[in-house]
Amino acid sequence: MTLKVQDLTITRGGIPVLEGLNFALEPGRALILRGPNGVGKTTLLRTIAGLQPPLSGTVDCPSESFAYAAHSDGLKAMLTVSENLNYWAQVFGQKDINRAVSTFNLDALVDRMAGTLSAGQKRRLGLARLLVTGRPIWVLDEPTVSLDTASVALFADAVRAHLKTGGSALMATHIDLGLEEADVLDVGPFRAKADTVAAGGFDEGFL
Amino acid sequence: MIALLIRDLKLAFRAGGGFGLGLAFFLIVTVLVPFGVGPESALLARIAPGILWLGALLACLLSLDRILALDWEDGSLDLLATSPLPLEGVVSVKALAHWLTTGLPLTLAAPFLGLLLSLPTQGYAWLVVSLALGTPALSVIGTFGAALTVGIKRGGLLLSLLVLPLYVPTLIFGAELARRGAEGLATTTPLLMLAGISFGVIALLPFASALVLRVNLR
Repeated sequence: MTLKVQDLTITRGGIPVLEGLNFALEPGRALILRGPNGVGKTTLLRTIAGLQPPLSGTVDCPSESFAYAAHSDGLKAMLTVSENLNYWAQVFGQKDINRAVSTFNLDALVDRMAGTLSAGQKRRLGLARLLVTGRPIWVLDEPTVSLDTASVALFADAVRAHLKTGGSALMATHIDLGLEEADVLDVGPFRAKADTVAAGGFDEGFL
Repeated sequence: MIALLIRDLKLAFRAGGGFGLGLAFFLIVTVLVPFGVGPESALLARIAPGILWLGALLACLLSLDRILALDWEDGSLDLLATSPLPLEGVVSVKALAHWLTTGLPLTLAAPFLGLLLSLPTQGYAWLVVSLALGTPALSVIGTFGAALTVGIKRGGLLLSLLVLPLYVPTLIFGAELARRGAEGLATTTPLLMLAGISFGVIALLPFASALVLRVNLR
């Protein structure tokens, strides 16, 4: 499934941050977003995932095709690793969590409470969740935070395998994953100009 | 949906889930009232339905901010919003889980606590009926309040202030039903009004909750 973004303008806290974004993401490809802090990478990913509406422009892809992973992993500390994964698998209508467990090397941890995992292990569990969603387009926000080099390699392998099966990935990261299928998009030049306002105007007080 | 319900129930019963909180609060209120107003059983019997209803309502209020705030803090709410589950369903299941862990135990505990307040014999059945009918409304309205205040750090105060006026009709008719039952008067009118409020909010409020949740997640 191809993700097409046309003329997208996005806002954070009611203030436009990026405007005039155009790109397309074909199946089997990855797109890496670069740009300085605060430029709007997270906001762009949230807009594409359907969590917030764009100010103008279109995201041409049904929101059911995205698996979104943000800074926080959405794990419950008082559930075990397998309970956490099973829960998300059921929510997304999937059954098998074994592939996700083995891909991210979590076999030894399945019966541990998620609250007792280290930061890197939690992140791996959070990323393993992507595999149980069964959705084609991964939308990832800084997926490699708190991962060591070995785990980054595991993650790169998982992304590669996902791309091979016709999926695609859109991620904001500053680490080079060594993906030959990846294009890089620097969002810095799309920074919104100060006078960008919504068509027709809107009143922040009533948002 | 069922996975979400099971997860919420599991979390409530595990350490730090706060399952016993409302129940313990209910117990404390009803045990302390006789110390406050004196042991005269005629007086206690008269105020018992009102006290029990007030205790149950405040016990419900105590756990409202946990319904959505915890999921918001750890990011699950964002992920749920992007999942195949409709948000209307998510908030309904959340309200159901809250009722199963708060409203239902309160309803079941109420007869025993009624004993402490020397509730008249004919009042027990009506007390249980009124709570069983009224507490679902408290959970659903509370979920609406939680959806309104999700994302506000320490939003408990605002949540209580928003929800309390919405609780007033349920309290009036619930307590009235229990009181009339205890005094052996006709109960049809408050029963119908309470049932109407409960079914009305169960039918309508999940849509409002999902709407405000969507706005709050932006």
